[in-house]
Amino acid sequence: MTTQEIHGILDKYKHDKTRLMDILYDIQHKTNYIPMDKVDIIADELNMSSADVEQTISFYHFYSTKPRGKYSICLNNSVVANMKGREFVAQAFKDELGCEFGEVKDDIGLFETSCIGMSDQEPAALINGKVFTNLTTYRVRELIRDMRLGMKVDDMFANTFGDSMNSSPLIKSCVRNSLKRTGPILGQEYIPGKTLKKQVALMSPQDVINELKKSHLRGRGGAGFPTGIKWEFARKAKGEKKYVFCNADEGEPGTFKDRVILTEKPGMVFEGMVIAAYAIGASEGILYLRYEYRYLRKYLVDVLDKMRKNNSLGKNPGGIKDFEFDIRIQLGAGAYVCGEESALIESAEGKRGEPRNRPPFPVEKGYLGFPTVVNNVETLIAAVRIIQNGGEWYQKLGTKESTGTKILSVSGDCLFPGIYELEWGFTVRTLLEMVGARNTQAVQVGGPSGALIGPEQFDRNVCYSDLATGGSMIVIDNRRDLLKDVVLNFMEFFIEESCGSCVPCRNIPTLLKQKLEKILEGKATNKDFDDINNWAKMMPINRCGLGHTAANPIITSLKNFRHLYRERLKKDIEFESGFCLDDAIRESCEFVDRIPNI
Amino acid sequence: MEKKIAHFTIDNKECTATTGVSIINAARENGIFIPTLCHYEGVKPAGSCRVCTVKVNKRHLTACTTPVAEGMEIEVDTAELNDLRSSVIELLFTEGNHYCPACEKSGNCELQALAYRFGIMAPRFPYQFNERDVDASHPKIYHDHNRCILCKRCIRIIKDEKDLPAGSQGRSIFAFNQRAKKVKIKLDDRLGKELSDELAQKAMDICPVGSILVKETGFKTPIGQRKFDKEAISLDNSINLKAMKEAHHE
Repeated sequence: MTTQEIHGILDKYKHDKTRLMDILYDIQHKTNYIPMDKVDIIADELNMSSADVEQTISFYHFYSTKPRGKYSICLNNSVVANMKGREFVAQAFKDELGCEFGEVKDDIGLFETSCIGMSDQEPAALINGKVFTNLTTYRVRELIRDMRLGMKVDDMFANTFGDSMNSSPLIKSCVRNSLKRTGPILGQEYIPGKTLKKQVALMSPQDVINELKKSHLRGRGGAGFPTGIKWEFARKAKGEKKYVFCNADEGEPGTFKDRVILTEKPGMVFEGMVIAAYAIGASEGILYLRYEYRYLRKYLVDVLDKMRKNNSLGKNPGGIKDFEFDIRIQLGAGAYVCGEESALIESAEGKRGEPRNRPPFPVEKGYLGFPTVVNNVETLIAAVRIIQNGGEWYQKLGTKESTGTKILSVSGDCLFPGIYELEWGFTVRTLLEMVGARNTQAVQVGGPSGALIGPEQFDRNVCYSDLATGGSMIVIDNRRDLLKDVVLNFMEFFIEESCGSCVPCRNIPTLLKQKLEKILEGKATNKDFDDINNWAKMMPINRCGLGHTAANPIITSLKNFRHLYRERLKKDIEFESGFCLDDAIRESCEFVDRIPNI
Repeated sequence: MEKKIAHFTIDNKECTATTGVSIINAARENGIFIPTLCHYEGVKPAGSCRVCTVKVNKRHLTACTTPVAEGMEIEVDTAELNDLRSSVIELLFTEGNHYCPACEKSGNCELQALAYRFGIMAPRFPYQFNERDVDASHPKIYHDHNRCILCKRCIRIIKDEKDLPAGSQGRSIFAFNQRAKKVKIKLDDRLGKELSDELAQKAMDICPVGSILVKETGFKTPIGQRKFDKEAISLDNSINLKAMKEAHHE
């Protein structure tokens, strides 16, 4: 890439350092990495230090200052991928390429990545940002052959595009939507712009908020904050400008509902943003799209264009006077923690995705310091239905304190993984029956940050007051070694995805993983169990939700599957160091041509 | 604008302070010391070390980043919180590689001083022996990552102000690099080379540990005569008292 091209990119974003994510994306996308000499140019032009630019680059999984290869393969390493035979696919990639993960060979890079939102069609990988699902060893050989022939990634699909809009010329992807059960939110017909023009246009912003409050809708990202109250805070907050964000950075392993919503009902998501903007008085909106879903970008941009033409965006959307609102799409670059709203805002400002200290909350001081509402994809489409059918209608769905429906991403050991929209208050058992799960040993409710529960709890209700979930439901049958196959993988996920700022979050998950490994080796004593429970007490002092929940896989499994831990306990022993002297000195012994004294 | 006074309690003691000041400063105004580490008076708090964690109405919050408000019930000096603070200090010792007897900052080190204050003899966590490097490539600064506790003071305080267009912020000479366990502080290659003696000295002074050291000088004050050699870290000698007074004066 020439210096001139870099300047072209910088000009495109008006030398605005808050657009650093886009600048880096354009360069990375073009040359597969961001060379250090180019980093210096970017830094000088944006009046930053190179170290500061590198701070952003090095934070994100999909940016690199080292070459990633003409083809960059990122194979998902989530629990569900493992269940579906990832091991063989991974081995095939390594064998075909003759290299390990993390290396580049013959201009083809092989990397691991955290859950890419395809848990219903694993094993799956991203190749130069394009999604390839249902991988087999056969398919791996075919793909590597195509790469060696220098084929374009777009031409590497085996003519089998996915269902619904996935085969549209703007997406052209093999992803399938797996829509298994729809309800009042996803199922009803959606007529673009109708709610905005026929209903919102006749309401005051406060009317909109009141309707949301009446519905008792709570944020669907997982935290469950009442949406109407959030909008009201933002409406009352003082600011020259206000922003509406749609959080499409779902990264919780096992979740993929936002992917499906954005493919099936993108206009409805954007219309939800317009309604939110009208309610709080915002003029600009940003949909923060996770990098893994960048294959949807063109399609989404097209939807926005159509909305502008249809008078649903831009000047006076829906014909509402004194109202102007437009939306742009901000791509992420691979960081689970950016799903946390303040980290998402930091990222959209071009910085490392580190959660902010609160207060102030985003509704008071958010994007660029302006009052900002951040809503989940699912929350926004629910808001459209609430305006369409009334808060009272919505409030009658579900249970008293968990109103409405929940769109679930079901994956793992079941016959019919996919999207299920259910009214809150169903039991885990009902869901398992619905999805065709047999011999179920455990269900991971709400993804790794949620809880791992066993059969004795399957009659519990899924709702905010009992078993809350952001939507990820991973079914695990009795073939699996729960501790080794599931809990260990989840701990590795949290270790990898911590932003690294708070001391406990940076350290405790690693220490707990070491304890788990000791347990798996059969070397643990009761003291190790006590240590786990005591050390995990540090997690609530971390800054954000990731930090608060990063020990949950081990804590909830220790609580609900204690017998699995006890089985591996070393009996009749008070203390076991877990340290083997012979192993520790083996290397140095070899060096001086000795064997350890055994 | 008239300053509003907030009434609140710290460990059941009735206190008052100006609404909106940080809990740390509000406590200090009432003669109560909350241990801190990453905090540096007069600089925007980072809330990254979590040592100043207190409980406000039963919730854990950092005292450096949370403004005091009317009616808060704050817990500071409880067995649970002191144990959490001690745990944080211990984690920093096991995560890095700290050999106090050989460190230039021994006696002036806030991490060491807090460890003494909390009576830490040995950490409860296993040492990680993480491989960290020493960067001696910069002309003025010797940057030892083994001792870095990632408090971000250098990122926040040491800025390059040369040739700046009006109204813009100084460029960061230090920055975070990577994430998760791999996170480390990077000293900018080019700005590091141009670093002035004053700024290099300031970087060393504000570093709570011995990670940032000025080259070609050392042990000016003999061990035994340093800040925390004779007295424990406390309300009177913590976080650069001078800076604190100046900030209060403003």
